[in-house]
Amino acid sequence: MADREFRAVALAAERGDRRLFDDIDFTLSPGQLLQVSGRNGCGKTSLLRILSGLSRPVAGQVYWGDEPIQSVDGGTGSCLGYLGHQNALKEDLTAEENILIAGGLGGGRPDREAVLAMLASLGLAGYEDLPVRYLSQGQKRRVALARLLLQPRALLILDEPYAALDVQVIDVLRSAIEAHLERKGMIVITTHQAVDIDGDCHKLQLG
Amino acid sequence: MFRPLLALLRRDLTLALRRPQDALTVVGFFVVVVALFPLGIGPDPEFLRSLAPGVLWVAALLAVMLSLERLFSDDYRDGTLEQMLLVPEPLGLLVLTKIFAHWLITGLPLVLISPLLAVQLNLRPDEILILMAALLLGTPILSLIGAIGAALTLGLRGGGVLIALLILPLYAPPLILGAGAVDAVMHGASAQAHLSLLGAMMVFALFATPWATAAAVRIMLD
Repeated sequence: MADREFRAVALAAERGDRRLFDDIDFTLSPGQLLQVSGRNGCGKTSLLRILSGLSRPVAGQVYWGDEPIQSVDGGTGSCLGYLGHQNALKEDLTAEENILIAGGLGGGRPDREAVLAMLASLGLAGYEDLPVRYLSQGQKRRVALARLLLQPRALLILDEPYAALDVQVIDVLRSAIEAHLERKGMIVITTHQAVDIDGDCHKLQLG
Repeated sequence: MFRPLLALLRRDLTLALRRPQDALTVVGFFVVVVALFPLGIGPDPEFLRSLAPGVLWVAALLAVMLSLERLFSDDYRDGTLEQMLLVPEPLGLLVLTKIFAHWLITGLPLVLISPLLAVQLNLRPDEILILMAALLLGTPILSLIGAIGAALTLGLRGGGVLIALLILPLYAPPLILGAGAVDAVMHGASAQAHLSLLGAMMVFALFATPWATAAAVRIMLD
């Protein structure tokens, strides 16, 4: 899936006047997972936003292959998918519409059958036609995950993907992550829970 | 390359249809403000006629202003704006698409309802035609310039008031040209100069403002 390495070189970030972290270096090769851990407020989310090109680091640079992440051919979004704290769902649209539109925005020709199958595998069968407003927190998170997993991106950046999920869905997500690694995808993940993922896992401790 | 833009346009229009009150408030505001003027300044038809271009244009400015705060703030709050930065399309084009949707939802209805209000203010048919042409050229400028203000005030408390302070001074040129076009016809002159300048301004805004807005969005989301 991915044919390039994802590298961070000497990253540093600040919030206000406080240095969050300094000199973060890592290289992620296809098929590898990086788990970022650390206390609350140590800069996990800031790091993930920098890695996905949404924020600029105070120092250092993120590379996709040899290109800086902001100037990748075809845009940052063509190589990575990002799931932040917010689910990025439109409350007035149904789960299915949300995913189809996100697929269209990504430049794909989204397949309705695949969307329904993905929603069903995340335990949302029967909820496709309901405006997202009427779903619970956990269900909204699942819709956001379904959207992310349906976009064929080489690198997935997941910020607390397990938040508000129940045990069954955590299992589904874990197998989706393992499948992604097997396809030579890359994953950067933050979580407070222990994850036992089969694959080439690396750890990065912040703070 | 146009598929993502079409998807975004369709999304914004669908959302507007699911929540028609947002668009209707803008039109309602426009109608009420214009309708209040005759009550305040008396029913003398000739006097109303001489005030009509200015009244209609200022009411249109304020109505568009009212709708600007929501242009990006909804997407900002639920995180879809952040995802939009990751769409493999130039952000300027996405922003332009959103502005176009905004104009279809708020600006175009104002153009379409303006003849009714113009009749109320005693404008003649040929003046009404020029008024509509001027609004058709002018309201996109209002949306385009306003988008910069909407982006710069993302996530700020009291953003609505701040937008007004930032943007209303920039609305002076379209106001002068738009109201001037109708005034010119009233006094027997041609409105062509005003309309041409308004058109030129729209083309310039069309090319320049989406990139400024995109830069502002990036900064506010950093």
